[in-house]
Amino acid sequence: MASTVTDAADDAAKSPVTPRRRRYRVGRLSRREILLVLLMLAVPILADLAFVWGPAIASVFLSFFRWSGVGGLELRGCRPAGGLLPDNGCLTGGDNYSQAATNYPPFWPAVEHNVIWLVVFIVFATPLGMLFAVVIDRGIKGSRIYQSALFLPVMLSLALIGIMWEFVYSPNYGLINTITGHNQNGNLVDWLGDPKLNLWAVLVEATWRQAGYVMVLYLAGLKAADPSLREAATVDGANAWQTFWRVTFPTLRPINIVILVVTVIESLRAFDLVYITNRGSNGLELLSVLVTNNIVGETSRIGFGSALGVVLLVISLVPISIFLYQNFKRKADR
Amino acid sequence: MAQSPTGPGPALSRRTLLRGAAFGAGALALPGLLAACGGSSGGGGTTESGGSGTNISFGSNYSDPAPKAAFQGLINDAKTKTGVTTKINTTDHNTFQNNITSYLQGTPDDLATWFAGFRLQYFAAQGLLAPIDDVWDKIGTHFNDAAKSLSKGADGHYYLVPLYNYPWVVHYNKSTFAQKGYEVPTNWDSFIALAKKMKKDGLTPLAFADKDLWPALGTFDILNMRVNGFDYHMKLMQNKGAAYTDKEITAVFDHWRELMPYLQTGANGRIWQDAAKTLEAKQAGMMFQGTNQVAAQYATDKKDIKDLDFFAYPEINSTFGQDYMDAPADGFIMPKKAKNTKGAKKVLEYIGTPEAESSYLKGDSWDVGLATGLVAPTYNDIQKKSATMIAKQKAVAQFGDRDTDPAMATALEHAIQDFIGNPAASNVQSLQKSLAKQAKSIFG
Repeated sequence: MASTVTDAADDAAKSPVTPRRRRYRVGRLSRREILLVLLMLAVPILADLAFVWGPAIASVFLSFFRWSGVGGLELRGCRPAGGLLPDNGCLTGGDNYSQAATNYPPFWPAVEHNVIWLVVFIVFATPLGMLFAVVIDRGIKGSRIYQSALFLPVMLSLALIGIMWEFVYSPNYGLINTITGHNQNGNLVDWLGDPKLNLWAVLVEATWRQAGYVMVLYLAGLKAADPSLREAATVDGANAWQTFWRVTFPTLRPINIVILVVTVIESLRAFDLVYITNRGSNGLELLSVLVTNNIVGETSRIGFGSALGVVLLVISLVPISIFLYQNFKRKADR
Repeated sequence: MAQSPTGPGPALSRRTLLRGAAFGAGALALPGLLAACGGSSGGGGTTESGGSGTNISFGSNYSDPAPKAAFQGLINDAKTKTGVTTKINTTDHNTFQNNITSYLQGTPDDLATWFAGFRLQYFAAQGLLAPIDDVWDKIGTHFNDAAKSLSKGADGHYYLVPLYNYPWVVHYNKSTFAQKGYEVPTNWDSFIALAKKMKKDGLTPLAFADKDLWPALGTFDILNMRVNGFDYHMKLMQNKGAAYTDKEITAVFDHWRELMPYLQTGANGRIWQDAAKTLEAKQAGMMFQGTNQVAAQYATDKKDIKDLDFFAYPEINSTFGQDYMDAPADGFIMPKKAKNTKGAKKVLEYIGTPEAESSYLKGDSWDVGLATGLVAPTYNDIQKKSATMIAKQKAVAQFGDRDTDPAMATALEHAIQDFIGNPAASNVQSLQKSLAKQAKSIFG
């Protein structure tokens, strides 16, 4: 915020009409202006605290407890089990974290699958969407039809996409197995049940949607790009490949960053498709699903689920920090 | 978390999805919100034995059309008999289950639908349910000891009035058995021999599905009860003197491995409805599952339910014979925070009668009432046989995800999926170790 005020001061300084406002500083703001600034700051900060940092910090806090959601929390160590139920609402220290890392079989597969998801999105889904966008932008015949067809999955909810693909992958009655004749007990291809296959099968579903999403974002960027640059490149004898990589792609830097951020966010919050498919088990573990599986339910392990949530938070902070650092650095460089 | 094996219909999975989508967005924010909820409602409520006694509210998870209509019928009859007007608040089956903790701590209805087993004892032990011993003083004569014990909490007080249950048995088509001259097997050897024969005849011996995670728990339960008996099974479920590393559990998986060649392949990717359809289509010879699923699926698909028959899981260990099975019971609870307890108890007293059960079962052709000797006028052959068979059991379990801590049930479900993918003995050994370690952390 300080920089904005300085900018305003600079602008004021440049204005030749009011040279006396050269020393316009925070201290000189009228009481009403200060109140206004405080109010405008306070509302977003409070909203940020209440809906982002509050829950995040509460998760960190809860992650040190053993708690089923019944009764209150007490700041005392857990007693060993006696009777029907284990001790509840008590501090376990870092136990939830060490349990997750050493004694929770789905944890490491989930971390691995989150990484695979991210890599597939960056290496495959996003470039595919960009390719669609570039091809459509060149005005090929029927581009509007392609555009609508490719964008359609984005408009459907992921829950619906999961159900639609179920019809494609279902072992005995699914489209693929029926067409290829692999729907008998002896030669069945278990697309969604075989842990070696199902992650890739679901990634096909996810890519099907993500490519359309990226396509639309990129198409908007391409439409905004100055066509004269491309014309100039063509006149200079560049071919389509060179024109794209040397001219169009660099001019689209802002949209490229947006797409990168969207890709990272989409892969970290991947949840719906695997949850629909088999509630994130047997080869489809993802951190987001493990959080849900432990927290939502009759007898929840809220402390343990929170610890998993904190792990996801820490992982999410890495790309967010890099992005923010890059962004502010660029601002500062300017 | 286990999806309960109650309530037929593929619609369930779809709802789970939509709910899943909603939670996806807020997965990180959730713990914080829950903390807020828990904090404000931490204090236990006291039971007021008040209210006018004429108007109550009833929280129901009978959300599928058929049970919903049957439940409405039951409530209408309850009004005629007791004069208590009941307002039903129906919530989707899965949502209801997942929200039960906050529901019972918030502003619950005067009565609610719930299940027997550990699932009942767990909430009773935390003081979230009101004891209803006085109701049982009046309805006790209608039920046998088995029904009584499953309605009690760990403290020996009554907390549930049961409505119906259903058996987990091996289903088959009479026509298939008649045509091929198969005999109903009563012990393990003849069971395996029959499966072998079916395989030779080009049938899938046992239709099998476990994409929903819970169905294969049924196989685990029955093998454990057949090999090691009911007491051992319950000890394991409640983590009291039995561990997953025991040689008894190795024996369970050894039997399961023997069965593997005869189970439908690709079970981890198949929903149980599709497995039931292969039995309907007579591509499969048998299917081990609850009548609440298989018979209900036949009814949904308008297949010939008269052709459907079943037998109790064959004997493995002669000490235990065919004495036990899973027969999950659904019933009704009174939350501790119920307001109109007088009216609620009146309704419970009515529900705990054979007439009330018959009234409900008018709209249900796969479950059976729990009242002793009840033969509802609308019973079909499946229901008649179910009732007789359950009555013969020395003890019934409530199903894997109802008899143990849900987190433990989930861990077991995942281990079983792993086993189905890789049934090798070395894998079983590492699964047993992992399960024992997880049990230690879950049960504290």
